[in-house]
Amino acid sequence: MIALLVRDMRLAVRAGGGFGLGLAFFLIVCILVPFSVGPQSQLLASIAPGVLWLGALLACLLSLDRVFALDFEDGSLDLLASAPLPMEGVVSMKALTHWLTTGLPLVVAAPALGILLSLPTQGFMWLFLSLLLGTPALSVIGTFGAALTVGLKRGGLLLSILVLPLYVPTLIFGAELARRGAAGMDTQTPLLMLAGITFATIALLPIASSAVIRINLR
Amino acid sequence: MAMHVENLAVSRGGILILEGIDFQLSAGQALVLRGPNGSGKTTLLRTLAGLQPIADGKITYDIDSVAYAAHSDGLKQMLTVRENLEFWSSVFGTGNIDEAVEAFFLGPLLTRMAGALSAGQKRRLGLARLLVTGRPIWVLDEPTVSLDVEAVARFGETIKTHLQSGGSALIATHIDLGIPADILDVTPFKAKRPSLPQLDGAFQ
Repeated sequence: MIALLVRDMRLAVRAGGGFGLGLAFFLIVCILVPFSVGPQSQLLASIAPGVLWLGALLACLLSLDRVFALDFEDGSLDLLASAPLPMEGVVSMKALTHWLTTGLPLVVAAPALGILLSLPTQGFMWLFLSLLLGTPALSVIGTFGAALTVGLKRGGLLLSILVLPLYVPTLIFGAELARRGAAGMDTQTPLLMLAGITFATIALLPIASSAVIRINLR
Repeated sequence: MAMHVENLAVSRGGILILEGIDFQLSAGQALVLRGPNGSGKTTLLRTLAGLQPIADGKITYDIDSVAYAAHSDGLKQMLTVRENLEFWSSVFGTGNIDEAVEAFFLGPLLTRMAGALSAGQKRRLGLARLLVTGRPIWVLDEPTVSLDVEAVARFGETIKTHLQSGGSALIATHIDLGIPADILDVTPFKAKRPSLPQLDGAFQ
């Protein structure tokens, strides 16, 4: 399974691998929002957590259709299915690769972009924490959506429609945690809810994803 | 006995393709599947590889002894030949690619990107994966596509060596590989029933 992770990371950073796609999109969104909203730092500061979270979510969505599609097209998914790896392990590694190549760069870049959006000082730590805790759920849920649509030509549209409602709880509690943190309010409830959602998806969804992949390979 | 198939029926997309297939495959034996295009050879092989559910009947074998090679080789264009092979060797836990490299003349190509290989070279790399898996039963779907005459002869030799070391092979092919093999024509097993009795493609 480590071999699969190493291979996918290597593919992601080589030419045409799609590493940085989500990050570039996130940068563009966060750079353009202050221009479109105008120079009102008060207003920007209050929408900053929400905008950063929405940008991160859409950036995650952008690279999801690559998770299984490339392996399906060149036949490696069939070969992986007949290899001595549990399919649950394969999909978990795919989700982890997606998080390392898309989610983690967003988490690291978000505080820097918070400056552009006039995020209050005490909010930076909470923004970082909320994204660090929330983006794994985005990757795992997204991998489930990618598993559902593997084998469909141009399944990206269907994938987005399937995944968006599943992303809503993560978005609500993630953005709420960042907002409360920035406003200096109590953060315990959204923190626990966000952590709960993330750990539950990591525990349960790989099993569903692997079942769906096996069905889609038939 | 490497594999024992009894009264097997296979289906694709809920449509029954073949039924009543019986054969045995013992260690050191090669079995060549024949049949026109669309007769169900690929579906049968995918079922034996564990990728399709069994529609009816029974296969007695160790599923973890099967190495499957499909039409597409599962190569990553942006990885070198060595990286492609080493990936599969670590997935299958064998850790040695030298034998496979030698058998398929891949030595001079090891540092080349798989995307820069010719169709025949890609095919050789795809087949080299079989040796890397270290598994005894080879299930091969049209393995000689895009291979030249010399490479086909070499591949025949590789299969012979594999059989002599106690392996077995099940091959769907239209050409003569020059190996001692039994022939199984799938045409007589064409399904007469139009579809499955209880059709629940996803959750059976």
